[in-house]
Amino acid sequence: MRILVCVKQVPDTTEVKLSSEYTLQRDFVAQVMNPADESALEKALALRDQHGGTVTVMTMGPARAESMLREAITRGADEAIHLTDSAFAGADTLVTAKCLQAASEMGEGFDLILCGRRAVDGETGQVGPMVAALLDVPCVPNATDVRLENNALVIDQLTEAGVITWQACFPAVITFCEWSHHLRLPTLMGMRRARNAQIRRVTAQELGIKETGLKASPTRVVRIHSRPVGVRPCQKLPVDEVLAALVHKEVLP
Amino acid sequence: MSFNHVTEADLKYFEELLPGRVFSGEEISTDYDHDEMTIYGHYMPEAVLQALTTEDVSAVLRYCNEHNIAVTPRGAGTGLCGGCVAIHGGVMLSTEKMKKVLEVDVKNMTATVEPGVLLMEFPKALEGTGLFYPPDPGEKTATMGGNAMTNAGGMRAVRYGVTRDYVLGMEVVLASGEVINLGGKNVKTSSGYSLIDLMVGSEGTLGFLTKLTVKLIPEPKVNLSLLMPFDDLDACIGAVPAVLGCGCEPTAVEFMEREVIACAETYLGKQFPDTSADAYLLVRLDGASVEALQPAMDQLTDLALSIGAKDVLLADTDERKESIWNARGAFLEAIKGSTPEMDECDVVVPREDIPAFVRKSVEIGKKLGVRICSFGHAGDGNLHIYACKDDLADEVWEKAVEQVMDELYIAAKEMGGEVSGEHGIGHAKKGFLAESMGETQMNLMRGIKAAFDPKGILNPGKVVG
Repeated sequence: MRILVCVKQVPDTTEVKLSSEYTLQRDFVAQVMNPADESALEKALALRDQHGGTVTVMTMGPARAESMLREAITRGADEAIHLTDSAFAGADTLVTAKCLQAASEMGEGFDLILCGRRAVDGETGQVGPMVAALLDVPCVPNATDVRLENNALVIDQLTEAGVITWQACFPAVITFCEWSHHLRLPTLMGMRRARNAQIRRVTAQELGIKETGLKASPTRVVRIHSRPVGVRPCQKLPVDEVLAALVHKEVLP
Repeated sequence: MSFNHVTEADLKYFEELLPGRVFSGEEISTDYDHDEMTIYGHYMPEAVLQALTTEDVSAVLRYCNEHNIAVTPRGAGTGLCGGCVAIHGGVMLSTEKMKKVLEVDVKNMTATVEPGVLLMEFPKALEGTGLFYPPDPGEKTATMGGNAMTNAGGMRAVRYGVTRDYVLGMEVVLASGEVINLGGKNVKTSSGYSLIDLMVGSEGTLGFLTKLTVKLIPEPKVNLSLLMPFDDLDACIGAVPAVLGCGCEPTAVEFMEREVIACAETYLGKQFPDTSADAYLLVRLDGASVEALQPAMDQLTDLALSIGAKDVLLADTDERKESIWNARGAFLEAIKGSTPEMDECDVVVPREDIPAFVRKSVEIGKKLGVRICSFGHAGDGNLHIYACKDDLADEVWEKAVEQVMDELYIAAKEMGGEVSGEHGIGHAKKGFLAESMGETQMNLMRGIKAAFDPKGILNPGKVVG
């Protein structure tokens, strides 16, 4: 099974600064792998360990994102692809998805694409489903687990109403909830592999994509602002008074 | 050995001496009638006295020596062999209120503390000095005084040594009430018999520690923890000599088995970060920087490959390190929680014999129908082997555990091992000590005891008494 895991490098803090274009300023902040992507990577490695195959990690991002790809190799990923080109700068979710889709179709292609359900910096949750739509393959977002049964994928999806279990055929895109799988520890042999690993760099031209980056992106961010955190009035009440208040406000019958 | 009981007149004297710090009869909490190993019995002291100063200790000892009253020293009561339990009743003299860090001398790289300072409190006093106290016994609520008087070891002994290696000076009150100063801030000495070395590890049978000066070293800037998974315990412990010999200079080398890890997972309600193996070697490296540790990591990688280990897992962030070391730190409590009663054997054997000894302990357990759990300091040959009662009937258990312990200590002796690696002798392991040392050495020890404490009032019934 050839598994592709799409990962993103994100700032390791909630205190991020915005540029005049309302895109995130990514300098001067420690960069880490997006937590939900870590879950996807762990699941991919576990599936490979169980059923055989390969795990490829791929990211689109500036040169420094290479450190995250090498980190993924220290955890056990077999190979890494880095979509990196100044032309990609400012790409929105749709353009990003187009690039990832094009890259995923290079060479032999993949049987399964896993990624995080959303990135902590953008919180859109769009890229995974968009890649699936562009590839025209099944997509299950917000997954907590996936297993192989009778040569088909069985996926647990977290919803507000509970867990829905889906069956899907290959290939498919599955996006994972953060913390659903704890990424394994890096290993010394993994570090050695990562040090010597050849990371495949891919440019916009190699993807055959002419229009990319900010100017090709239909998304226009008009305004982003931080909301001051208010203090809600808080009362301490005995349980029966709380119940009475909730009934009074028709929260409870 | 017979001592006088504590009388009303004695209590009145103590109350005048230590107002509000004298407890007797019903006032004494049952906490004082045992240490961490309740299997060795409950013994209530007749009076508990809380000392504040050297003068308090001196006056109490002088009085008890004159009136032939037994005195049991007590720190935090976290011992594991009944060393601070009043098996002869009498007075229990507690250091729990002597908790001051008196001095941190940055230029001489020493610190002087009162005996009741807890191991977990001490690092706060060193913050900002760039200095570090290496001994690292697992029980962090133990007192520094108790550590010195039992020569506590701990996980970092592989590289840094044990408590004894860090004791530079002691203020000690003798049974007569006389106060003596042993050692000081000098780094070395060749000045007569080393009384300070007799005092360290004497378990309070030779004198009562009232001040302790310890050696500090510059704090290593970074540390990494490496987890080496193995298919079984044999392969795991078999790798220890190679790990120690490969030049990576580990600070700690611990071994742990899946069964004990599972106990810790249940106890902590937290998952261990790897589930791939049945046995692990946990190696800690200290150094000036991650780059400086790179050669050591390379050596360990080559080694892992050459001995057939699958890989070496690296914990380099605080979160990852905690997930491993918290589990390791919880082993004792976790095993305790997994069974209604247990007994322990803290032997030390030459490092080469660790696998043979662990195998032997499993065999003994199987033969006698007792579940054996073990973990320990693979790097220094000190093993903690636990016999667990589980659902055995009382009579069966009592007989079986006695036999398990007998056979374990015989096996250790045959391998050239010793009775206790770091927990001490107390009253629980006295018989095993006498057997292991032989009459000549025991007589020498008894002679030393008599020279320090002619009436034998200090911690009677312990070690040699």
